[in-house]
Amino acid sequence: MSQATLRVQKISGHAGSVPGEDTQRQYTVAKLVDTTTCIGCKACEVACVEWNDMPFSPTTFDNTYQTMPETRWNYWNLILFNEHEKEDGSLMWLMRKNQCMHCAEPGCLAACPADGAIVQYTNGIVDFQQDKCIGCGYCISGCPFNIPKFNKETKRVYKCTLCTDRVSEGLEPACIKACPTGCLHFGSKEDMLVLAEQRAKQLKDNYNFPNAGVYDPKGVGGTGVIYVLHDATQPELYGGLPSNPTIPLMVKLWKGPLKWLGNVAMVGGLIGLFVHYLRFGPKDRDDAPQEGAKP
Amino acid sequence: MTNGWVDIKNTDLMLIMGGNPAENHPCGFKWAIEAKRNRNAKMIVVDPRFTRTASVADKFAQIRAGSDIAFLGGMIRYAIEKERIAKDYVVNYTNAGFIVSNDFKLPEDEGVFSGFDEKAQTYDRASWNYAGAAPAQNKPGAPPALPLMPEKTEFDPTLQNPRCVFQLMKQHYSRYTPEMVEKVTGIPQAKFVELAEMFTSIREKGDMKKVATIIYAVGWTHHSFGTQIIRTAAMLQLLLGNVGRAGGGVNALRGHSNIQGATDMAGVFDTLPGYLKVPNPADGSFDGWMKRITPKPSKPGNWDSFNYYGNTPKFAVSMQKAFYGDAATKQNGWAYDYLPKVDRNYSWVQMWDNMYNGLVKGIFAFGMNGVAIGPDTKKNIDALKKADWLVVGEIYPDETSEFWMSPGITADEQKKIQTTVYRLPCAGFAEKDGTFTNSARWLQWKNAALPVPPGCRLDQDIVAQIFLKVRELYKKDGGKFPDPILKLAWSYTNPASPSLAEVLKEINGKTAVDVEDPATKAQLKAGNQLPGFAWLKDDGTTSCGNWIYCGSFTEAGNLTARRDASDPSGMGVHQNWAWSWPANRRVLYNRASCDLDGKPWDASRRQVWWSEATQKWVGNDVPDFKADSKPADHMGPFIMNAEGVGRLFAPLGAFADGPFPTFYEPIESPTDNLLHPKQTHNPIAKKFKSAADKYGTSQDGYDIVCTTYRLTEHYHYWTKNNPMNVQLVPEPFVEIPEEMAQERGILGGDRVKVESARGEYIAKAMVTKRIKPMQINGKKTYQIGIPIHWGYRGIAEDEGKTAKTPANMLSPAVIDPNAFTPEFKGFLVKVTKV
Repeated sequence: MSQATLRVQKISGHAGSVPGEDTQRQYTVAKLVDTTTCIGCKACEVACVEWNDMPFSPTTFDNTYQTMPETRWNYWNLILFNEHEKEDGSLMWLMRKNQCMHCAEPGCLAACPADGAIVQYTNGIVDFQQDKCIGCGYCISGCPFNIPKFNKETKRVYKCTLCTDRVSEGLEPACIKACPTGCLHFGSKEDMLVLAEQRAKQLKDNYNFPNAGVYDPKGVGGTGVIYVLHDATQPELYGGLPSNPTIPLMVKLWKGPLKWLGNVAMVGGLIGLFVHYLRFGPKDRDDAPQEGAKP
Repeated sequence: MTNGWVDIKNTDLMLIMGGNPAENHPCGFKWAIEAKRNRNAKMIVVDPRFTRTASVADKFAQIRAGSDIAFLGGMIRYAIEKERIAKDYVVNYTNAGFIVSNDFKLPEDEGVFSGFDEKAQTYDRASWNYAGAAPAQNKPGAPPALPLMPEKTEFDPTLQNPRCVFQLMKQHYSRYTPEMVEKVTGIPQAKFVELAEMFTSIREKGDMKKVATIIYAVGWTHHSFGTQIIRTAAMLQLLLGNVGRAGGGVNALRGHSNIQGATDMAGVFDTLPGYLKVPNPADGSFDGWMKRITPKPSKPGNWDSFNYYGNTPKFAVSMQKAFYGDAATKQNGWAYDYLPKVDRNYSWVQMWDNMYNGLVKGIFAFGMNGVAIGPDTKKNIDALKKADWLVVGEIYPDETSEFWMSPGITADEQKKIQTTVYRLPCAGFAEKDGTFTNSARWLQWKNAALPVPPGCRLDQDIVAQIFLKVRELYKKDGGKFPDPILKLAWSYTNPASPSLAEVLKEINGKTAVDVEDPATKAQLKAGNQLPGFAWLKDDGTTSCGNWIYCGSFTEAGNLTARRDASDPSGMGVHQNWAWSWPANRRVLYNRASCDLDGKPWDASRRQVWWSEATQKWVGNDVPDFKADSKPADHMGPFIMNAEGVGRLFAPLGAFADGPFPTFYEPIESPTDNLLHPKQTHNPIAKKFKSAADKYGTSQDGYDIVCTTYRLTEHYHYWTKNNPMNVQLVPEPFVEIPEEMAQERGILGGDRVKVESARGEYIAKAMVTKRIKPMQINGKKTYQIGIPIHWGYRGIAEDEGKTAKTPANMLSPAVIDPNAFTPEFKGFLVKVTKV
């Protein structure tokens, strides 16, 4: 892990070059969450709240061991608990640590119109810069994992930073450090994929999980958080993990063809205006409104 | 634990039952996961609920709370029937071949062992002995004594003699068939066979390489027959040859960070430090006491037995020297008279019963929340109302220090309570130094992280200052028997605030004279700290507060503070990390990890072995054996037993309720005892007789089995005061099966009332698939579960969000006859929607 300051590689709502682009490459980092050895102890939840100095927010009993229904602006790491009855009648209690997935192609960043409010560092971490956030909430609709959350008081959106402050100092994220069973790992994406594939193979070969596999969805270019699942063919069982997450069509259109079309329309308008001016000259003063017509 | 936390990583197979370590010991549970990840180890979980631990298990079975002996007895039967036992181990390292007295009778249909006195509801245990013993020698006037074990036991190495332990055991468990297991436990036959097959598969064709461990916690102790559940597990492990081996053993996970230390240091009324048995009035003198508690070897003639408890007088004299210093002399029987003599049961539930009955007038409650932790909370509150005084040392206001805040006590009633309550603000765990002894028997020194807050005091300061004041009063005013107080050794640098390092040094002990070990020529100077308990003497020249802790604080310093994580063998021994009792040994009985010739059963997991070159036992761990005992001498590996071997049959006074564990129903059970139709409950489990003690039956409508437990998000009754924990799990709840909820129209989040014969508990329902209805003896039976963490003081309680009913309002006051543990698990309730 580089000890250097994080370098930006993508910027939301930004035209022109990225400062420092291509001056230095870093490993892409990733968290590996092995759901098959997670015991749902919530040490990662507590570590996240404590490291990030989050204010406590009240919860109510909701017929589950899960702390709250979904992540909050001040609760970025949440284990989702799901009871799943298999066809043979046996039970699985699936626990999945849910947090920002740090997508390689982040929908939030694509959707964000504010220059620099969302950045992606060269190590793959997607980070929100609240001082540049305009509170429009487009990132929320841009995220296929329902992660960013709006704080009504500050009018800003928040989510897991993948502990940029720790990672940039060569430390693992707080959640990883707190995990007692070692179901959480942190390192280069490459290494994490190797570990994950090994574990999935072990689950297939020795633990009777023929569908065990790794979750690293291609629809968002792969993720900075990858999962080992007992059954990779049914990620939805794990608290609605989408089997093929993509950036919402509207965001894609808006930031892709529509943006281009818009630009064409805008530039076309300007060109039209100019051509019109060349051809017809300035507007005639004779058409000025008559006296008294003003309300 | 016979083994240790880290050692779990060496196992091939885990049976986790009577415990939910993923929930209650998540950090230690790491090693179970390591075994799975690195050894492809398998995990079997048997529990009344599908738990967090079950979520990572390979096989799970839901068992009716309290039917564990039926399950484990079935496993023993299965192992014998399928010949999946460790033959050489069983013949040579257990008492399987010992011949039992002809007077001993199995319980069969009667449900009681020989010697039962129906009127007095007690056992005369004289017949629970090996054949050939001399009758007891009774002193006139003294209570009847038990006979001794025969010096030479009769022995059949073929295990065919019908009166040998193995055959009796086989006969005893022959009725624990899969059909029977199904009816009693609710685990379908096919499921049971699947689990038994997997567990015993490690001894397939008698191959000794693989090792299985059994891991349990208070899910096994909280029963009116808890000790016998653990015995059954130990027998199964002996039969399979799993005790003494890396990755094996019978492993108790302790429920607090220092509960192991509490029991090591005499936290129970019938032991002294190091598990020495307390003297009783009939002992008469130090010698009489020693005679009773010092065993003599009892073994087949051509075997050897180390009989390490033969050293008991050395431990006891050294302890008396630590307690009373110069005042303990040979002439005064090492101050034997100063020791309290225990003439009756002073266990926890008994004390509260005595307070309820007006016999106990006051109580010091330190480091625990007495009202909340005992069974039958209401009885405990009523007991405190009758007490003259109560002293509580705590860091939060709690259910004990504010017992009058209990729901149902009116303002008028509160005014009538005359108990004087002294509340002493104590220091929290992070504000104290000292050692924690963990489940693995490691003493680990910790430093204080924070200063004691203003106005608060360390527990040891409070105790020391009370002692000094009492001593002053005795000095001034005299008293009936001032000597035990006036002559107590109290030579701390600051008597009003003893440093815990000094206390640990005192516990470790020192020599009063120059001394040389004849074997090793090692020398100690007078005043030196002792390097280990082998140096202890019974002539008054050594002092030691607890013999099993001897070696923890030597001339080399405080070994409990060591933090060297190196592990040359790679087996998780970590010899220089902290200090483990006894003698820094990490796996107990490790001689049993080798075959008769002293070679490890599994060459890939070498713990100790016989070195022909040095003619000594050597290894990666400290050998738990006489270092120079040649394998040919056939010394038994279980050196703390007089027989030198593991006890499948526990003779004489070892257990109060039988030499073999047998199945009894919990005190409140939904069915008859199918294994012993004439004796439903443990005949000598103690029920109480006060007006508060009521026991329910299914005939009265209490037909749901209830169990209680903890959550990983909370720590006992403390963290309900901490916003972070409250955020994780905000409110009390009751876990109920989906099918039962549907029948009664209960939805998740609805408030339900749970009633037992003693009290009620109101909380929200958690409707779950993780508890299923069971068929018990052909009848559909429901089971529910209640986490225990709430009461009437705490964040949610103070905000009025809960019904303020502690979970132990429901549990019955009845205790196991060996460990005196109450039955917090497997009592009967009814459930209604509020």
